[in-house]
Amino acid sequence: MCLGIPGEIVEIKAGHDDLAVVDVVGVRRAVNIGLLEADQIGVGDWVLVHVGFAMSKIDEAEAAATLALLTGLGQAYTDELQALAESDIS
Amino acid sequence: MRFVDEYRDADKAQALATQIAALCEPGRQYKFMEVCGGHTHTIYKHGIEDYLPESVALVHGPGCPVCVIPMGRVDDAIAIAHEPGVIMTAFGDMMRVPGGNGSFLDAKAAGADIRMVYSPLDALKIARTNPDRRVVFMAIGFETTSPSTAMTVLRAAAEGIDNFSVFCNHVTILPAIKAILDSPDLRLDGFLGPGHVSTVIGCRPYEFIARDYGKPLVCAGFEPLDLLQSVHLLLRQLAEGRCEVENQYTRVVPWDGNLRALEAIGRVMQLRPYFEWRGLGFISHSALRMRDEYAAYDAERVFSVPGVRVADPKACQCGEVLKGVLKPWECKVFGTACTPETPIGTCMVSSEGACAAYYNFGRFTRQRLTEASSV
Repeated sequence: MCLGIPGEIVEIKAGHDDLAVVDVVGVRRAVNIGLLEADQIGVGDWVLVHVGFAMSKIDEAEAAATLALLTGLGQAYTDELQALAESDIS
Repeated sequence: MRFVDEYRDADKAQALATQIAALCEPGRQYKFMEVCGGHTHTIYKHGIEDYLPESVALVHGPGCPVCVIPMGRVDDAIAIAHEPGVIMTAFGDMMRVPGGNGSFLDAKAAGADIRMVYSPLDALKIARTNPDRRVVFMAIGFETTSPSTAMTVLRAAAEGIDNFSVFCNHVTILPAIKAILDSPDLRLDGFLGPGHVSTVIGCRPYEFIARDYGKPLVCAGFEPLDLLQSVHLLLRQLAEGRCEVENQYTRVVPWDGNLRALEAIGRVMQLRPYFEWRGLGFISHSALRMRDEYAAYDAERVFSVPGVRVADPKACQCGEVLKGVLKPWECKVFGTACTPETPIGTCMVSSEGACAAYYNFGRFTRQRLTEASSV
């Protein structure tokens, strides 16, 4: 929960200012981006996602490192990713 | 994968280890607390302690959100879950946390409708699609999750969803650190500050630790090299006679935190006068409750909550583990009566708990070292 998952923003949902689609190792899910400044965030940016909310913008190097770390955590990461995949925010 | 090696490079780790050893004053023992459970996990997973000289000890802190939930709050939540028409929702981590009368999983088996969600927004969606049911979200966590709960309540209010409420158990990290600093049990030389809590609160709120308690704090990232570098920064401060808050994790943590997130928390929640922490007891101003304006979304006011207080099981020493007084393996029931499959204490439940992390990774390293030294 506190680890957070890095994802790349692939779409800002039209008509929903605070919703974006992120890609996390191939899993695409909607997350809320209402906690970030709208003018500082766009497609191609990486964000750290905590329980369905993008909590901070991160650089790609950090994103890659965190993903690798999470993958190395094994079950804890698998559980988190599974939970994200089952999430259906709108 | 690109870039990862930067944070994993064994040569760099060795170089840091050498510098760390060089900074240690001969004959002095150092104790640093890593506040965050995510750090504890990395430390055991990557054997960080193997890179540190014997005079530097890492002590695990209270920063595991599931671990600090007192048993009575689990019982209260289960009581709400058994109310007519209720759907209780919770993060997966919460499902196996034992209360005085079993866990959420046990309550589910006994007929309560308890569902796992990834996000409070998923809980809100369940409320939206089940207008004839009362949906409660079991909110737990430090400042990494409280903004999400606040934003979800704001969304519920904006949409006029009236069958959704939050059983608020959000806690704040600073009073817990202060309680540890005020506790006579433990003498610490500094702190590895929590990485992701700091993305929200920033680095400034830690300044009292340096100013009033004379202990340095370094906000640290989660990679092995992040942690080693942070230990190095702490030791360098001590060697140079400085005592400050430093940010090692600048690539994620802004010095001022996330103002939008803080604002969302402030709009929806306010500090409780006191809150019980598992193993640590009651701590003043250490948790959040819903503001009166959002009483309609406050499960503690929507339902009659029993307000159960349950003493921790006698055999369980989670309190000492959470304060860093005991290492996981020094607990009487560690690995015997208490395992991740059948946890007695909360520290064994969550992957961020010190006992679970040590059970899954650390004990193998320790076993190896013990065997090596006995040959």
